[in-house]
Amino acid sequence: MKKSKLSILTNGIIKENPVLVLVLGTCPTLATTTSAINAVGMGIAATVVLIFSNLFISLLKNIIPDKVRIPCYIVVIAGFVTIVEMVVHAYALDLYNALGVFLPLIVVNCIIFGRAEMFASKNSPIDSVLDGVGMGLGFTLTLFMMGGIRELLGSGSIFGIQVWGSPIGIFSQAPGGFIVFGCLVALVGVITKGKAIKKKDFSCEGCPSAAFCGQAQLPVKEGE
Amino acid sequence: MTDMLIILFTGILVNNYPLVQFLGICPFLGVSKKLDSAVGMSIAVTFVMMMATAVTWPIYSFLLEPRGLAYLQTLVFILVIAALVQLVETFLKKYVPSLYSALGVYLPLITTNCAVLGVTVLNIDEGYNFLQSMVNAFGCGMGYLLAMVLFAGVRSRLENIDAPEHFKGLPLTLIAASILSASFVGFTGVVDGLFM
Repeated sequence: MKKSKLSILTNGIIKENPVLVLVLGTCPTLATTTSAINAVGMGIAATVVLIFSNLFISLLKNIIPDKVRIPCYIVVIAGFVTIVEMVVHAYALDLYNALGVFLPLIVVNCIIFGRAEMFASKNSPIDSVLDGVGMGLGFTLTLFMMGGIRELLGSGSIFGIQVWGSPIGIFSQAPGGFIVFGCLVALVGVITKGKAIKKKDFSCEGCPSAAFCGQAQLPVKEGE
Repeated sequence: MTDMLIILFTGILVNNYPLVQFLGICPFLGVSKKLDSAVGMSIAVTFVMMMATAVTWPIYSFLLEPRGLAYLQTLVFILVIAALVQLVETFLKKYVPSLYSALGVYLPLITTNCAVLGVTVLNIDEGYNFLQSMVNAFGCGMGYLLAMVLFAGVRSRLENIDAPEHFKGLPLTLIAASILSASFVGFTGVVDGLFM
């Protein structure tokens, strides 16, 4: 089945939105969305890594032996994460400090792993780059949405501009992240009439990168 | 001694990994459905976090930093952790089969767990010495265990709840996690007050 270039690009933004539909990369989604600007920074950093790792893994797919592909992916991804880390450190120190440990943690972001395993290792370099752009945009837009909501409710501002006098502090703290994320996932369910998230009962076995991260072996199947 | 206790309890209560720091959310949501798998997963995470700290701290302090290679931290740490997990798995399978049957299934998925890479990077960022790093890794692991056990209990109640159609499943789980997280945010400052 040959997909058109446009559908590969838009796939990640809506239909297979990595955060709200595939529920991947939850850690950075919750942790870096305390303000809109941090969220966009994180999204762009992850997108850059995703595009380049997709491109290179797709180019190397015939060279990498199947048995050692996972360590190879790790090296490729970690290399690009290090580059992005150095660039952000050099040109955007505030963002570097705000993202903290989550910048090196892009290495273990399951969106990037998942796309390498599921898409880039099977498709041509051009398609892989488009997939990276689409998935990255989907990730960035979702993060921006969450960051915007949390910043507006939690500190009453948007991109640092005060718009509201009496913010609800808890939204910029940890619990607010879970609430906003939960409501957004429910909202996607309402919009798509429950079609988007089939796995009502969220667990690791339904996760698309399950085979990759080994969750599939978990003994949770009985009685479900 | 006091600073060790502060690091330990900060790791368990204040900087609770899944609920406050948002590290290791995937297994936190994915494996917390049954109490025994939640406990097994947390113990495996604690075990690997301590092993990884014991290996990465000396590598960073004696190998990378003196030679000006600190920028290779991310790359080296993730490779060391991946190799370590493989090694531990093979070792347990061969020599400690009882432990392997308890923890073995959780080991492969820990490689890509951000809590493990997170704790090793944070130990370096905080400037902890070796002993402090190990205590921090243990404390964070215990915090993970605490959060997983509590959340497994909460989730068994969520199964039968009469929630709006679109909130069933993941959204409800996340909102329950948020309430649990709010209680952990309440611990902020507790540790300083206790030991100072």
